Amino acid sequence: MHRDGFTPPGWVRVVAPVAVGVIILALWILIVDVLEAAPRALPSPVAIIEEFIKRFGIISEDMGITASNALIGLAVGTIVAILAAALAATFRPIDGMLAPLVASIAVVPIVALTPILNTMFGASSQFGRLSVAAIAAFVPVFVNVLRGLRQTRPVHRDLMRASAASGMQTFRVLTLPTALPYLLSGIRIASSIAVIAALVAEYFGGPADGIGTSIATYAKSGRASLAFAYVAGGIAIGLALFLVTSLLERVATRRKPV
Amino acid sequence: MTNENLAVRASGVSKTFPTKAGDVVALTGVELTVEAGEFVSLIGPSGCGKSTLLRLIADLDGATSGELEIFGKPAAKARIDQDYGIAFQQAGLLPWRTVGGNIALPLELHGMAKTARATRVTELAELVGLTDFIDRYPDQLSGGMQQRVAIARALAEQPRLLLMDEPFGALDEMTREYLQAELTRIAGETGAAVVFVTHSIPEAVFLSDRVVVMSPRPGRITDIITTSLGDVRDEALRESPAYFERVTAVREALHGAPVERANER
Repeated sequence: MHRDGFTPPGWVRVVAPVAVGVIILALWILIVDVLEAAPRALPSPVAIIEEFIKRFGIISEDMGITASNALIGLAVGTIVAILAAALAATFRPIDGMLAPLVASIAVVPIVALTPILNTMFGASSQFGRLSVAAIAAFVPVFVNVLRGLRQTRPVHRDLMRASAASGMQTFRVLTLPTALPYLLSGIRIASSIAVIAALVAEYFGGPADGIGTSIATYAKSGRASLAFAYVAGGIAIGLALFLVTSLLERVATRRKPV
Repeated sequence: MTNENLAVRASGVSKTFPTKAGDVVALTGVELTVEAGEFVSLIGPSGCGKSTLLRLIADLDGATSGELEIFGKPAAKARIDQDYGIAFQQAGLLPWRTVGGNIALPLELHGMAKTARATRVTELAELVGLTDFIDRYPDQLSGGMQQRVAIARALAEQPRLLLMDEPFGALDEMTREYLQAELTRIAGETGAAVVFVTHSIPEAVFLSDRVVVMSPRPGRITDIITTSLGDVRDEALRESPAYFERVTAVREALHGAPVERANER
C-alpha cells in the first residue's frame, strides 16, 4: 500500500458505487426479463419496484413495526450498556463480574433466544422481539463505552488534579467527553445489529406483523416480488438508522486530539 | 519563623518508587528554597528526578519522606487552594473546547461567574497574544500556540507560583526562543515565582535567576548556580559574554569537571 499514490478525485467516489449499482441492475434485468433465464423465485427488479409502490401502504405499516422494535431495543440496550459500563469503569470488581456475562452474551446468537422469550412474554406481544434487539444492541455499546471511559490521557488527569477538580467534575469535564466518540461508534455498530435482530426475531414467532414475518409469508406463498419489496423495506430501515448514527459519530469526532 | 514569603521550601525530600525488582530511589535529600517572584530552573540528564521533584511540589505525587511547603503550607493544601499553576511538555488542551474554553477551564471548575470568567479569559488571551484565536479549536493551532494557551490556562487563577515541566521541549528552536522571551516578560508582569524543568542548558541560563543542577542514580541536587544576569532578558543577552560564561558554568556543573570536548552537549 502506498498512501501517497493515486487518489481518485471526489466525484469518482460518488460515481463508482453508483456505476456498480447500475451495472448489476442492468445485468439483473438482462437475465430475468430479456433472456428469461432466472428461476421463478427471482423476480425482475422492475416488478419489485412496482410491488413496492403498489403495496407501499402495508409495507410501510410493517416497516413501522420492525423499525420501532429496533429503535426501542437500541435505545434501551444503549442506556443499560452506558450504566453498566460506567459501573464497570468505576468499580473493578463489577468489571470482573460483568466481563464473562458480556462475553457469553456476545457469543450466543441472541435471536436463538426468541422462541423462549416469546413464550415468556406471550406470542401476541412485541416484547420478545424488543428484548432481543435490546440485548443485541447492548454488547457493542457496552464494550465501546467501557473502552472510551478508560481513554483519558495522563496529562489531562494531572491537569484535573492540579486544578483541584472533584471526582464528579473530572467525570463531567474530562471522562465523559473523552468517551463520547466511543459511545457513538458503539451506537453506530449497534444500530445495524438491532435492526437485524428485530427482523430475524420475527421468523421465530410472535405477532403476525413486521418485515420479517411478511418476507417469510410471501416467499412461502410464491409472491416473490412482494417478498423482495419487503426486503427493500428492511434495507431502508437499516440504512436510515446507520446513516443517522454515522452522522452523529462524525459530529462528535470532528475535533482531532492534539 | 514564617515561610510565607518562600514559594517553595523543600527539606530532606526524597521519593522512592516501589517496583517488582525492588525500590527505585528517584530523589533523595533535596534541600531547595525558591523565593517569591524568583525564576528557578531544574536541569539534569534523564532520570535525575527533576520532573519528579516538580510533581512533588505540585502534589501530583506524594513525597516518601521530608518536608515540602508551598507558601508555608503543605503541598496538598497549596494544590487545593490553587496557589500554583502548571504547564506540561504536552499542552494537554481539551480538543473539544475552544481556546477560550480551555483557558477558562480552571475558572469554571472553581465556580467563577460567567461574566467574570469571560473578562478574565480576554485578559489572559491578550497576555499570551492569542486574542484573535479565542474561538479556534486546539487542532487549528500550531504547537507553539497550543503551549501559549496552556500557559494562559496555568495563569488563570493568578497563581504566585508557576510550575513548568519542559513546556517548550517539543517545539522547534525558533518558536522556543520566542516563547522563552515571552515567558520572561509574562513572569515579570505577573510577579509569579517559576520552577522550570528543562534539559536545555541555554534555556535554563537565559530564563533563570538560579539554575539547580541535578544528577541521577539516585536523583539529587549537585549544584546551584546563580546567573546574576539581571531582570532584562532579551535577544542581546543571548550574545553577551556573561551569558556564555554562565552556560559554561552550568555545563561544567552538569559534567562534574571542566568540559574539554566542546562538541559534547
